[in-house]
Amino acid sequence: MKNKKGLQITGAEAVIRCLLEEGVDLVYGYPGGAIMPIYDEIYKFSDQLYHVLTRHEQGATHAAQGYARTSGRVGVAMATSGPGATNLVTGIADAQIDSTPMVCITGQVASHLLGSDAFQETDIIGISTPVTKWNYQITKASEIPEIMAKAFYIARSGRPGPVLIDITKDAQFELFDFNYKKCSGVRSYQPVPPLQMDQVKQAADAINKAKKPMIIWGQGVILGEAENEFKAFVEKSGIPAAWTILGLSALPTNHPLNVGMVGMHGNYGPNLLTNECDVLIAVGMRFDDRVTGNLSTYAKQAKVIHLEIDPAEISKNVFADYPILGNCKQSLKALISSVNKGVFSDWIALFETHKKTEFDKVIKNDIYPTKEGLTMGEAIASINKYTGGDAVIVTDVGQHQMIACRYAEFIQSKSNVTSGGLGTMGFALPAAIGAKMGAEHRQVVAIIGDGGYQMTIQELGTIFQTKVAVKIVVLNNDYLGMVRQWQQLFFDKRYASTEMTNPDFVTIAKGYQIDAQRVTKREELDQAVKTMIESDKPYFLEVCVEKEDNVFPMIPTGASVSDIRLE
Amino acid sequence: MSDITRYTISIYSENNVGLLNRISAIFLKRHIDILSFSTSQSEIQDVFRFVIVVDMTEVSVRKIVQQIEKQVDVIKAFFHTDEETIFQESALYKVKSSSLFEERQIQNIIKESHANIVTVSPVFFVIEKTGFRHETEKLRKDLAPYGLLQFVRSGRISVSKAPMGISEILNNFNNQNKE
Repeated sequence: MKNKKGLQITGAEAVIRCLLEEGVDLVYGYPGGAIMPIYDEIYKFSDQLYHVLTRHEQGATHAAQGYARTSGRVGVAMATSGPGATNLVTGIADAQIDSTPMVCITGQVASHLLGSDAFQETDIIGISTPVTKWNYQITKASEIPEIMAKAFYIARSGRPGPVLIDITKDAQFELFDFNYKKCSGVRSYQPVPPLQMDQVKQAADAINKAKKPMIIWGQGVILGEAENEFKAFVEKSGIPAAWTILGLSALPTNHPLNVGMVGMHGNYGPNLLTNECDVLIAVGMRFDDRVTGNLSTYAKQAKVIHLEIDPAEISKNVFADYPILGNCKQSLKALISSVNKGVFSDWIALFETHKKTEFDKVIKNDIYPTKEGLTMGEAIASINKYTGGDAVIVTDVGQHQMIACRYAEFIQSKSNVTSGGLGTMGFALPAAIGAKMGAEHRQVVAIIGDGGYQMTIQELGTIFQTKVAVKIVVLNNDYLGMVRQWQQLFFDKRYASTEMTNPDFVTIAKGYQIDAQRVTKREELDQAVKTMIESDKPYFLEVCVEKEDNVFPMIPTGASVSDIRLE
Repeated sequence: MSDITRYTISIYSENNVGLLNRISAIFLKRHIDILSFSTSQSEIQDVFRFVIVVDMTEVSVRKIVQQIEKQVDVIKAFFHTDEETIFQESALYKVKSSSLFEERQIQNIIKESHANIVTVSPVFFVIEKTGFRHETEKLRKDLAPYGLLQFVRSGRISVSKAPMGISEILNNFNNQNKE
């Protein structure tokens, strides 16, 4: 690489210039000793780079994730060495398992102190290795441009994921000739395997012969920006399509071929019929155990077609008779032209029948309850009513998450932000901050349980300071509801450490000068939701729901998808 | 299908400081024992080679090799059965020099084992033996009665009978980047 007009700057300034070169104008983070030179540059570049001070480093990662998920761009989080860096780990692990593009930058003690157990020294490279797509420790300023370029390239390309760059303090101070060149490839890394037309042909043949085909799509459709191709494929083939929790919103809720969610708390029809279909077309999903239940009884009758960008996912959990490697935007495009127009009225009627059963046994009571206590389902239905399905819904982990994903309505993609694979309680509040900043003109509603809310409740401070207009709905049942449900069903109602004595959430929100309201009665719900949605400021709404409601349907751990329980 | 077999995993990679940790983490996460591990420069400049020996089923070894290959700094990873590779291990044996002169039998053991004497000093001598595990192991057992001061055996090193085509992969990358 030739160094044309080099410009002597510090490593710290170089980090900021690299971010600007990558189009980054927003970072989340928390300062501290080992990253102070970089923060000093953030101060100088504050007109070009907006830094959001979260109240905990974990919040910075989840905010960066939320931002990445709604904007489709790489989220950036920063922290100092030692505890700052270790506090990032949960968010990094979450981003790794949910394939979220993120670059984390950590300060590190000066290189001559490495390994000396210096103040706030921790081996963050060692710690983050199993949960990053790539990581690297920079000890010389001259490495910064190339490594930063590589970090962004790796984070966003292929199957996205988190990258951590650890920069020693001396490298941040060091002067060098800065010259930036974007990364366009790494020789040991093939982000997208080339599409093989024979694979497409074989899969298309299988689809064209199918009598009872079914599609399960995942987040790959969203990450691959293949929503249009996917919709065209579904519509031409006429095949009913179900979604994994991270695939949600890629196809509108009211699409006639959208048959609902698969998995542990998914819909009755698509779960049951997974074990009756003759061809199962998996698009950008990875057959997580929460989707498949017992693998030895999962879709054994079906030929499996798997469209996947990551070769390591092929036949990892479910054997793929017809793998199609590649970016699903391309592979779907190729499939569309090779599949016949299909009509599967009798087969789709089966989904309808099961849907009716589920409505009578579960949905009716969730959404239109006749009992006195409020349900989580009716709160979601009320939110649908006032957002028109056009909001970004950010959820935490637990009962409220399952209910929200089951009942929230969506009309556009990149609208569902949740912690899927890792199941990180505390995700939603900071993720909602990022989600709103990644989609400023959209309504962002965080739906959180009383347990998860208190894991990152300090991010109310970030909302207060930035005035980011997120709407926070806490569905409060004074329990860690999902664990309590399992205790009820599988541990003879021994509610070990799941009951919560909660504070006055409204008072807490008001302490941060966030408009807040509590709802305990059905007749107050709609008006409260309406007020919240119409507000152009941050808003907190606590909905006190029935304490011991359960989420159904449910596939107990280790059971088959055909053993899904309605009660 | 589910038979446990001995496999040699060969990995070509960039020489990145953290890669060793990253690869061992893949085994750790799945609770898999590594029987032997060795790393060295490969036939290509700046490309490193890992040789890892494991006892696994074919289904599992295939999955783990995919996980290894997925790592950004890994160029390519393979797995082979013993029949598909040429493999050796090296062992060093440090023995008291006195036993070389006092015990005639030890000279026959060395001769029969086709081992090499690496160094001889008044106090000790060092024998080197390269071969299969049972060969280095036999020599260890034979020498044990004469007082082995130290014994060490290397990890397996192995080359595959079939070509691995790494240069081709790297050339393709370079050509793509020129376009």
